[in-house]
Amino acid sequence: MSRTRFTSRLPAAVAVAGLALAAAACGGESSNSSGGTSAAAADLKPNADLSKQKLQITVWDGYTPKELPEKAKEKLKVSEVEVTLHATNEEAMTKLTAGGDSGIDVAFVSGQYAQALNAQGLLEPIHPELIPNLANLYPEATQLSYDKGNKYSVPYTWGTTGICYRSDLVKAKPTSWNDILKPPSWADKKVTMMTTERWLALPALKALGYSVNTEKDEEIEKVKQLLLDAKPHLLAYDDTTFGDRLKSGEAVMVEAWDGWCPTTDEKQNIKFEVPKEGSDLWVDTMVIMKSSKNKEAAHAFINYILDPEIHRWAAENINYKVPNKAAMDKVTISPGSLLGIKPAELLNGESLIDLGQASTKYTRLAEEIKAQS
Amino acid sequence: MKSEAKARPASRGRRLGAFVFLSPGLTYLIVLLLVPLGLMVSYTVFQRGRFGGVVYEFTTENFSRLVDPLYLGVLGTSLRIAAVTTLIALLVGYPTAYLIAQLPNRWKTAALVAIVLPFWTNFLIRVYAWIMLLSGPGVVNSLLGTKLELLYKEGTIVAGLLYSYLPLMVLPLYATIEKLDPQLREASANLGASAFTTFRKVTLPLTLPGVMTGCLFVFVPSFGNFVIPEMLGGNKTVMVGNLIRNQFLSARDWPFGSTLALALVAVLVVLLLVQSWAARRA
Repeated sequence: MSRTRFTSRLPAAVAVAGLALAAAACGGESSNSSGGTSAAAADLKPNADLSKQKLQITVWDGYTPKELPEKAKEKLKVSEVEVTLHATNEEAMTKLTAGGDSGIDVAFVSGQYAQALNAQGLLEPIHPELIPNLANLYPEATQLSYDKGNKYSVPYTWGTTGICYRSDLVKAKPTSWNDILKPPSWADKKVTMMTTERWLALPALKALGYSVNTEKDEEIEKVKQLLLDAKPHLLAYDDTTFGDRLKSGEAVMVEAWDGWCPTTDEKQNIKFEVPKEGSDLWVDTMVIMKSSKNKEAAHAFINYILDPEIHRWAAENINYKVPNKAAMDKVTISPGSLLGIKPAELLNGESLIDLGQASTKYTRLAEEIKAQS
Repeated sequence: MKSEAKARPASRGRRLGAFVFLSPGLTYLIVLLLVPLGLMVSYTVFQRGRFGGVVYEFTTENFSRLVDPLYLGVLGTSLRIAAVTTLIALLVGYPTAYLIAQLPNRWKTAALVAIVLPFWTNFLIRVYAWIMLLSGPGVVNSLLGTKLELLYKEGTIVAGLLYSYLPLMVLPLYATIEKLDPQLREASANLGASAFTTFRKVTLPLTLPGVMTGCLFVFVPSFGNFVIPEMLGGNKTVMVGNLIRNQFLSARDWPFGSTLALALVAVLVVLLLVQSWAARRA
């Protein structure tokens, strides 16, 4: 979700053909099951011989240390650890839901996608007795609304969305989503909002006091009006290069994920603010596939990641907060870094959940806003 | 071929040979064109799965959504942008191709290399360079000392598409103009036609197939492009390529994405038919 990297440069037709072919190769099967069908947990042995198991993991590029496969293999004494990459949640979903055994044991996906996978009955329930390091998590990290009690997912990183701004170029510090939606004249055409639908809607939803997960048509209609009024004052809709736009001075305020707001650059005066109306809480998680034949090794792997010495890597190297208290206690937080945001503050944000069929309302909203000239 | 009857004993071998030589191309077409196209067409009558993919229950909803004013508007915008781009490309490309064809041989090669030179750099990087040139604090504004808003407009999208696809207009035009026998023009002049009349009655009709090919080469990728509207249009304009991409990559609505893609193919097939009809008449 938070790393929709701009990698597609194929003409649309080729991309479509490729996707269709991928679906064909996998049988293109999909079920329409809905609701929380968490099937019975497999009978797992704590002392299983891991050397007979191998692990296939799918994760965002650059999201785990490069040497992870070798180190995990050595530590866990499994026969093999292989990592494949995905660029977006949607790409991971395509891999995991294409039908049959995807061959993946552990997948990194965002919370609401873990929820969707579980609703489809594709996830193995987490066996807490096999992951003693779950005790390292902040208590808050077990109460996330897409999966209360971490029944089928374990959080890896978390964060929120706010306004990232140039403190030297703004005349007043932004405090409200309305600063972006109705920018003052000095910021006219110097603000950007995100283009992915749920985040495109977020500022207006929060400014109007609605839930980020609302499915009510009349609320979405009001959001649409507000976003349409905001459009002429925007520089662009941008998910990927807003940090560069701030650095060049092309933009002075942007809607941004905390991990992407370059506040630690000493040459720049870039700051981050969560607007007073509140924001979201996004979580990227690890899940174990029901189809995995290496479930003991998969649990051991998650336990290994939750080791403070391993988990702190994400905070120190890619600037994402990790929901692991033992790990965060070891991280030195440099001035200006957003790693200092406390879990309690994060929990003020509303957790995004999967909306199922209602998610098309947000797709349509985004299309209507962007197509309006 | 008149000798076909006599050569019959050998024809089986020849047919086998033809099959062997054709098979790589045929495999390519079947695996990478017909199969995906068939899948795409079949998806258009099914429903969206809750978490993506396709539910195999018949529906015509995808086609009725197609005539929704929202999507018709997007289709209209795409057609307009692609048409304007093609027209400007033709107006700029024709004289360019004409002049290159008149150059001495040595310079011809240099000019043609210069035309394709931009292709040596990655497309995405070249588009990104435009952002650096045109942005608020960018190169153009700082050289001119102005504060012009040059980016994130429909015109910027046209400029980006024109820049990207102009070579595809110049090259086929050059190929046809170059082949044109200069004696035809001389004859026309000898018979008293002015330079303009010669162009209108001799040169232009004879190079029309090149014009059609060039227009098609520019129109087709412009129509389906989604990178340039996203980068140079700041996502403020939606073209049909963006719409299709979003159906697959964010909306998880494969059936509707397929229907949109099919609509795009239909528009392009119509254009191809027009082109071949015009080429046959020329």
